Amino acid sequence: LNPIIQTRKIIYLSEIWLVVIFQQEQENKIQSHSRGEYNVYSTFQSHEPEFDYLKSLEIEEKINKIRWLPQKNAAQFLLSTNDKTIKLWKISERDKRPEGYNLKEEDGRYRDPTTVTTLRVPVFRPMDLMVEASPRRIFANAHTYHINSISINSDYETYLSADDLRINLWHLEITDRSFNIVDIKPANMEELTEVITAAEFHPNSCNTFVYSSSKGTIRLCDMRASALCDRHSKLFEEPEDPSNRSFFSEIISSISDVKFSHSGRYMMTRDYLSVKIWDLNMENRPVETYQVHEYLRSKLCSLYENDCIFDKFECCWNGSDSVVMTGSYNNFFRMFDRNTKRDITLEASRENNKPRTVLKPRKVCASGKRKKDEISVDSLDFNKKILHTAWHPKENIIAVATTNNLYIFQDKVN
Amino acid sequence: MFARGLKRKSPEDGEDMEGGLAGARATPSYSLQRQSLLDMSLVKLQLCHMLVEPNLCRSVLIANTVRQIQEEMSQDGTWRVVAPQAAGRAPLDRLVSTDILCRSVREQEGERPAPDVGDGHTADLVPGLAVVPSAQALRSPQSSLWEVDSSRENRGGFQKSLDQIFETLENKTSGSVEELFADVDSSYYDLDAVLTGMVGSTPSAHANRCLHPASPAASLVG
Repeated sequence: LNPIIQTRKIIYLSEIWLVVIFQQEQENKIQSHSRGEYNVYSTFQSHEPEFDYLKSLEIEEKINKIRWLPQKNAAQFLLSTNDKTIKLWKISERDKRPEGYNLKEEDGRYRDPTTVTTLRVPVFRPMDLMVEASPRRIFANAHTYHINSISINSDYETYLSADDLRINLWHLEITDRSFNIVDIKPANMEELTEVITAAEFHPNSCNTFVYSSSKGTIRLCDMRASALCDRHSKLFEEPEDPSNRSFFSEIISSISDVKFSHSGRYMMTRDYLSVKIWDLNMENRPVETYQVHEYLRSKLCSLYENDCIFDKFECCWNGSDSVVMTGSYNNFFRMFDRNTKRDITLEASRENNKPRTVLKPRKVCASGKRKKDEISVDSLDFNKKILHTAWHPKENIIAVATTNNLYIFQDKVN
Repeated sequence: MFARGLKRKSPEDGEDMEGGLAGARATPSYSLQRQSLLDMSLVKLQLCHMLVEPNLCRSVLIANTVRQIQEEMSQDGTWRVVAPQAAGRAPLDRLVSTDILCRSVREQEGERPAPDVGDGHTADLVPGLAVVPSAQALRSPQSSLWEVDSSRENRGGFQKSLDQIFETLENKTSGSVEELFADVDSSYYDLDAVLTGMVGSTPSAHANRCLHPASPAASLVG
C-alpha cells in the first residue's frame, strides 16, 4: 500500500493495483468531538498489465509511485507510474446532469423531430455524486530500466521520472518527447557499481532537484548549469564510520527515499537503519541523524539472507517540518521530533489498537532483560513491514500502510 | 523468521558485542562464515539473473558485496584454486549463523584469521560455483579459478533447492561478477536502447538533449 495524502483526500494502491481515493467527510458540527472520517471516494485501475513482445515478458501493472498534482481547478490530477509508463489521471466529480433536451428523450434515444412542438432550454439537475477517473496522458517508452520515482516540479508544468540509471524531464502536456537530464549508465555495464534510487524536485526552486544512490550519496543538480546534469552542483555524503564497517555497510547505506522539507531548506534521506536530515548548505555530513531500528545492526546477516535488507522504506515530514516519520518492521512506525529530540514507536495493527483509542507507545528490547510490554528483537515479525507513510500537509493526520491495510491516525481532538 | 542457525543471544553475549568477543569463538569460524556469505551472495546473484528483468539495484548491491569479500579473501591469501573433487561432505550447517560478520571490524580484530589457518578445511566447503575474479576485483596477481562443478556429489550439505539451481545453471559459462552483469545487459537492454533512440552508452554522447520518441499511439487519451 502506498498512501499519499492531499488535503481532504488520500489515495492508496491495493494489492490488486487499484488506485483508491479516500475523502474525508466534512466535519460534523453536531458531534464536534470527532473529525470527519475517510471514506472511499473513487476506485480505478491505473495500469493494465502489458506484454512486451520483443522481450517476451509481462510488464506488471504494479504501481511504484503516485503523486498528486497541486489542485488548480475543480478536478484533481494525479500521476501514477509502473516500471515503465507514467500516466496522468483526472479525477472529476459530477453531481448534476442536464435534463430537458429537445431532440433527445431522457434515456438518450432521439425523438422524431416532427413530434417536437415546443422548445425548452435544458437545465442542470442534481444527481448522485459520480466520481470519474479518466486517463489524460500516457508517458511511455522513455525508460529502459525500472522507474523508481516521479516528482512534480514547482512550476506545475514539468515533472521528472527516474529509473535505475537515468532521469527524464517531461512536460505534463507533451507525451511524445522527454529530455534526459541525468545518465549514469557506464560505457561498459560491467563497470556498474552504483544506481539511482530516488529523485525529487526542490519544492520552491524549479531548476533544482536531487537524486540519491545505492552508495548513500545524494547529488543536487541545477538544470540551468547544463542540459545533461551529469555534474552535480553539490554532493552530499557522510564519511563512513570505520568502526562500524562490515560487509553490509554499503547495502545499509543505500538510500531508499529522499524528501525535501516543505521549507526547502532541508532534505531527509532514509537508509536501512536511519533517517538523516541534511542542510542543503552542508555537504559533508547530515545535521541530524535518527536511528530507526539500530537493534537490527547485529542481525544484518540474517536480514541479508531473507532479503529484508533490501526493503525500501519511505519517510515523510509533517506540515511544519518539525517531526519526521518512517516505518519499520512488526507494523511499527517511528516519529522523531526534531525540536524536543524525543521519538516514539507506534504500532499499526487492529489487534493491539481499538479504533478511536490513543495509540500506546511500543518499545523494542535490544538486549538484556526484557521489561514487561517490551518486545524482543527475535520476536519481531519481519513480514509485517511498513514501507509507506504519509503526513497531511496541514493537519496532524497520518496514513500508514501495512501489507494489507491502510491506517489513518489523527490527533486526539479534545 | 530468522535464518536457521541464528543463535539466540544470551544476555552475556549481548553485552559482549561491544566489548570484543569471548575467546570461545574460534578464528576459523570467521572464514567459514565469510565463505558462507560469499556462497549465499553468489546464489542470490544467479537467481537475480535468472529473471528476464532483474532488479538492478539489488544485483548491484549483491555484486559489490561479493567484490568486497573477494578483495578481503585475496588479501588474506585464502583466495586460491580449489580442486573440483573436494572430498567429504559439507557440514549440514553450511549456512551457519553468520552474525559474526555483522559485527564491526573493531570487534573482529581479535579474531581475524591468520592466512592459511584452517584453510584446508575451507577447501572442502567450496560449492563448485564458477567464479573468475576480474583483474579489477583482485589486487593479488594470482588468478584463482573455481571450476564449474562437474560432479554434484561434493555439495552434499546443500539443500535440494540449491542443487536444482545449479543444475539449471550448468550451461552458464559466465565467470566473473562483472560478466554476470554484461550478460544481462546485452541481452536485455540494448535492443530497447536502440528503439528508444538512446545512441551510445557514454554520458558524453548525450551532449545535447536526448529525445525519446514514443510510439505514435501513446498520446492524448480520453
